[in-house]
Amino acid sequence: MSRPMGGPRGMEGPSRKLDRKTGIKVLKRILSYLFRYKWLALLALCMMLVSNLLALAGPRISGYAIDAMSGEPSGELIFAPLYDLCLSWFSNPMIGQVLYYCILMAGAYLISAGMSFGLASLMIVISQKVISAMRRDVFHHLTTLPVSYFDRHQTGDIISRISYDIDTINTSLSNDLLQVCASVVTLVGSLAMMASISPMLLLVFAVTVPMSLWFTRRKTKKIQPFFRARSGKLGELNGYAEEMLSGQRTVHAYHREADTLKNFDEKNESAVQAYYMADYHAAVIGPSVMFINNLSISLVTMMGGLFYMLTVSLGGAVWAPIAITPGGVASFVQYSRKFAGPINEFANILNEIQSAMAAAERVFALLDEPSEVADRENAQELTRVDGQVSLEDVNFSYVPEKPILKHFSLNAPPGTVTAIVGPTGAGKTTVINLLMRFYDPQSGVISVDGKNSLDVTRESLRKAYTMVLQETWLFCGTVHDNIAYGREGATREDVIAAAKAARIHSFIERLPQGYDTVLSDDGINLSKGQKQLITIARAMLSDSPMLILDEATSNVDSRTEQQIQQAMLSLMKGRTCFVIAHRLSTVQNADNILVVKDGTVIEQGNHEQLLASGGFYSKLYNSQFE
Amino acid sequence: MKLMLRYLRPYGRNVSLVLLIKFLGTLAELFLPYILSHILDNVVPRESVPQIFLWGGIMILFALVAFGLNVWANQRASAVARDSTRDIRHDLFEKTLALSSRQVDRFTVPSLESRITSDTFHVSRFLGMMQRMGVRAPILLIGGLILTATMDLDLTLVMLAVLPFIFCAVFFIARKGIPLYSDVQAQVDDMTRVVREDSKGIRVIKALSRVQYEKDRFDGVNADLVRAEKKAGITMAASNPSMNLFLNLGLTAVIFVGALILGTGGSSEVGVIIAFTQYFTLIANALMSITRIFIMYTKAAASANRIDEVLACEEDMPLASAQTYPDRAYDENRYIEFDHVNFSYNKTKNNISDMSFSIPKGGTLGIIGATGSGKSTILQLLMRFYDVDSGAIRIGGRDVRTIPMGELRTKFGAALQNDILFSGTVKQNLTFGRDVSEEGLRSSVETAQAAEFVDRLAEGMDYELTAKGSNLSGGQRQRLLIARALAGDPEILILDDSSSALDYKTDANLRQALDESAGTSTRIVVAQRVSSVMSSDQILVLEEGQTVALGTHEQLMETCDIYREISHSQMGGAILE
Repeated sequence: MSRPMGGPRGMEGPSRKLDRKTGIKVLKRILSYLFRYKWLALLALCMMLVSNLLALAGPRISGYAIDAMSGEPSGELIFAPLYDLCLSWFSNPMIGQVLYYCILMAGAYLISAGMSFGLASLMIVISQKVISAMRRDVFHHLTTLPVSYFDRHQTGDIISRISYDIDTINTSLSNDLLQVCASVVTLVGSLAMMASISPMLLLVFAVTVPMSLWFTRRKTKKIQPFFRARSGKLGELNGYAEEMLSGQRTVHAYHREADTLKNFDEKNESAVQAYYMADYHAAVIGPSVMFINNLSISLVTMMGGLFYMLTVSLGGAVWAPIAITPGGVASFVQYSRKFAGPINEFANILNEIQSAMAAAERVFALLDEPSEVADRENAQELTRVDGQVSLEDVNFSYVPEKPILKHFSLNAPPGTVTAIVGPTGAGKTTVINLLMRFYDPQSGVISVDGKNSLDVTRESLRKAYTMVLQETWLFCGTVHDNIAYGREGATREDVIAAAKAARIHSFIERLPQGYDTVLSDDGINLSKGQKQLITIARAMLSDSPMLILDEATSNVDSRTEQQIQQAMLSLMKGRTCFVIAHRLSTVQNADNILVVKDGTVIEQGNHEQLLASGGFYSKLYNSQFE
Repeated sequence: MKLMLRYLRPYGRNVSLVLLIKFLGTLAELFLPYILSHILDNVVPRESVPQIFLWGGIMILFALVAFGLNVWANQRASAVARDSTRDIRHDLFEKTLALSSRQVDRFTVPSLESRITSDTFHVSRFLGMMQRMGVRAPILLIGGLILTATMDLDLTLVMLAVLPFIFCAVFFIARKGIPLYSDVQAQVDDMTRVVREDSKGIRVIKALSRVQYEKDRFDGVNADLVRAEKKAGITMAASNPSMNLFLNLGLTAVIFVGALILGTGGSSEVGVIIAFTQYFTLIANALMSITRIFIMYTKAAASANRIDEVLACEEDMPLASAQTYPDRAYDENRYIEFDHVNFSYNKTKNNISDMSFSIPKGGTLGIIGATGSGKSTILQLLMRFYDVDSGAIRIGGRDVRTIPMGELRTKFGAALQNDILFSGTVKQNLTFGRDVSEEGLRSSVETAQAAEFVDRLAEGMDYELTAKGSNLSGGQRQRLLIARALAGDPEILILDDSSSALDYKTDANLRQALDESAGTSTRIVVAQRVSSVMSSDQILVLEEGQTVALGTHEQLMETCDIYREISHSQMGGAILE
């Protein structure tokens, strides 16, 4: 129950095995987290020892009690006063003796239970400390990563590391680690206890333990592929169902319900069949473990009975290792149950630890991702920017073999509007990435006010820009919070003024809670256009000297776009602007239009100049009237 | 529970067989401690070695029988679980596919997804578990009690007295603890939401230098999550120690009472007490299993209810008879007809108000208007994803509500907004299970301007698309969607803002190709660009769900201010972003 519903996907996930060397490294790193709480961990270890030893003492004392009943008291005395007290209560000394042992037993169990609860709680506290530190480290590290990391990795992958993987580590830390220690104690302890009762009876385990080990090993090996197939098939089925449901309207539109159902049925059949096969083979395990257990007990009973018989008939002449009392047999049976438990559990725990290690490796891999290159040592704060931006002979590629920008140059004097147009994939957005230093070019210089952008701090450089991107980004929070995000300390008045300028004020007013309406995935349904207007309002709050509009109005229909033109113009006023747009109408008024194709500027000039030259731009422009 | 029983019924014979086998297996297991006490109390005193081996052999035999029967029963139980799970999933998916758009909106797609994936999983796991442990646990419990009662009634009563404590302890802890886990789940959702938002918006966050703010925000949700997990974990951590404590205290009590009876001249025997300790463990384990089944049951029952909710949905867009919605004489000039249509998604404010227009067979209609003006809604109504609130929509004189769904939908070829491609080859996506000839396929690819990039793919039409076609660019996806719509050679072609990601040149080529090839198809084009609709026979200008104007490009340029405004803004008007 310790793991909250992980859903079927998380279950029996592929447990990748690590090689020994990385395994040790990963383990060391987990331990280094644990080491921060070494005193607590030490306390836990002590509690574990006490709790388990006391639990082990129980059956032994009960054996003494049974011996006392059969009239042959065998144990030594501790707490003699208690013993005398118990004896004094009853006329029959046997009852007094038994009571004495029973009180000892109850005491041992009580303390043991208290300890084990304390221990479990302590482990939860420790593991929560560890994983909250881990999560914190991961997230803080995430914020320092270059933007390219997020371009290369899917959000789902990042999330699964920070939630599922860390959760796996958590389970392992709070349960498995403890269980391994406890198992070892129980194993060694019950072995010692049994040896002290009757070394000869231990021989029974020389038969059953190897049998059980051999069997579980063989079985798990055989079963594993079935379980892998089972989670694989289930994943396929779920994937198919998800895909079809998200495309349900399409399926309806083309009336493909019957086909889709048939495909689903096939996948369903193989999923349930894989499920069955895994279960079919696994069905043997539980009963066999039980059987081997029962076999041990049968053998112990037989041998124990035999030994007891010998002990009674031969009296003192019996060979010492064979001698046994009825209480001894009883304790022995109880210990053998205790003994069998951990052995069977071991394989399971080992598997879990392995998947936890694999999870930890994924988490550490993220932590080891290099952060954004630090600012240069003598980097300056960029203050009071005029807005002179230039790129000189810039070369850039995301992957070495695919150059995106080739010998790219542009010059944007303060307060001018530079538009970048061109076909998809020409490198328009890349220019923005370089301006903002989300990426750095392989060669060439980008400068702001004549300063090489590598020589100023990233933070101050980015603060000098305001961006409105095609992909609107809103977070779960009120409308107010989302707009106010544009400037620290923005007041409600500022926010309203910005919303008015972006022509979204009256829409917001009509929302159920106005500016305090919470925007969330399942809440208010905003159209793409409305979302974009909110991000435009956010940009309105910023007072940076440079502005980037990357397809900013492509989600807004032309009529709405026209209505916010005024606002956009005031947003652009006095700033150096970079505009990327599909619609040529939106770039016509730019001071300089760069036509980019395959990473180079093939034409530039203002609208009239480009039309007059009759090049690529004029062809593009005229095509809309065809 | 009803749902589960309903799906188990067809396999009733198998289920009973499983239960019977399980019953016998469990009985065999129950006799083991009994034999044990017999050996110690009766056989050993007789000092006969062969007797000990005989009874020891019997014990092992019983263990073997228990083993065999349990394995057999478990395997059969898995088969039953397999079959009923298959049936549940099939029915659920079939029903889900048949839900109307309004019903889907109400459930939401993610919720439907999780019903098919995780809810059926929980139910299926429970079905298997119930057969395996559901019989075993009660039999161990009751049988154990009966057997111990025959051995020694007084000691049995002692044992019986402890059981309620164990049960209550587990039950109350579970009842308190399980809801805490939904708290944890909620906090996990909060935490992942922050991570998701920030990974998506990293550019904005960095551009606005709000990294510290985001760190604080994360630390906040992280702390909340830790608090919730700690609380739930520590609550649940009490269950094992308390269970063990009661169990062991019970054992202690049995021994002491046994001594009392023995001491007062009773007949308790040592072997019996040893057997008791064994039964006690068995019974206590059975009790734990029962509580576990109970906990699993609450979870599975919740899942079963969620499944049943979907299965119980009534068809909300049934086929209506022509009596209810009478036909109108077929008129070539009114092939598609909207007749005073009103419609609202949430039944409060109309999304479409009093809409009337008609399209002749083979004609073209362009629809233009602002975001949220109701352009797509018109198409949704025409294809009967939703039913009109009042008024009527007719195709070829028949009300769409009287046309069987299959017949209605196969009239259309539609490239809708938010339409998706599926994983599979380009060809599979285009034919989409329909009968499409090679030539038809080729010409639709060419018309859709997709040939240019499909031919450049090494595998051509056999190129494997990933889910949602995410390994194509936006423009490429749109062109394939159009090709898919064309491939069925539909009576009515619908293009809903489906060239927005194309550059002007490609868009122009597409329009030209459509005009040349679409031939007899009646065409409806929704667009934001005037250029995409200007060549249509009629253009419908919408604002807030109402018709502002209807006419040709030239007419509208003269009479409609809004249309003129849009047109100017796009066609070389002198305004910059």
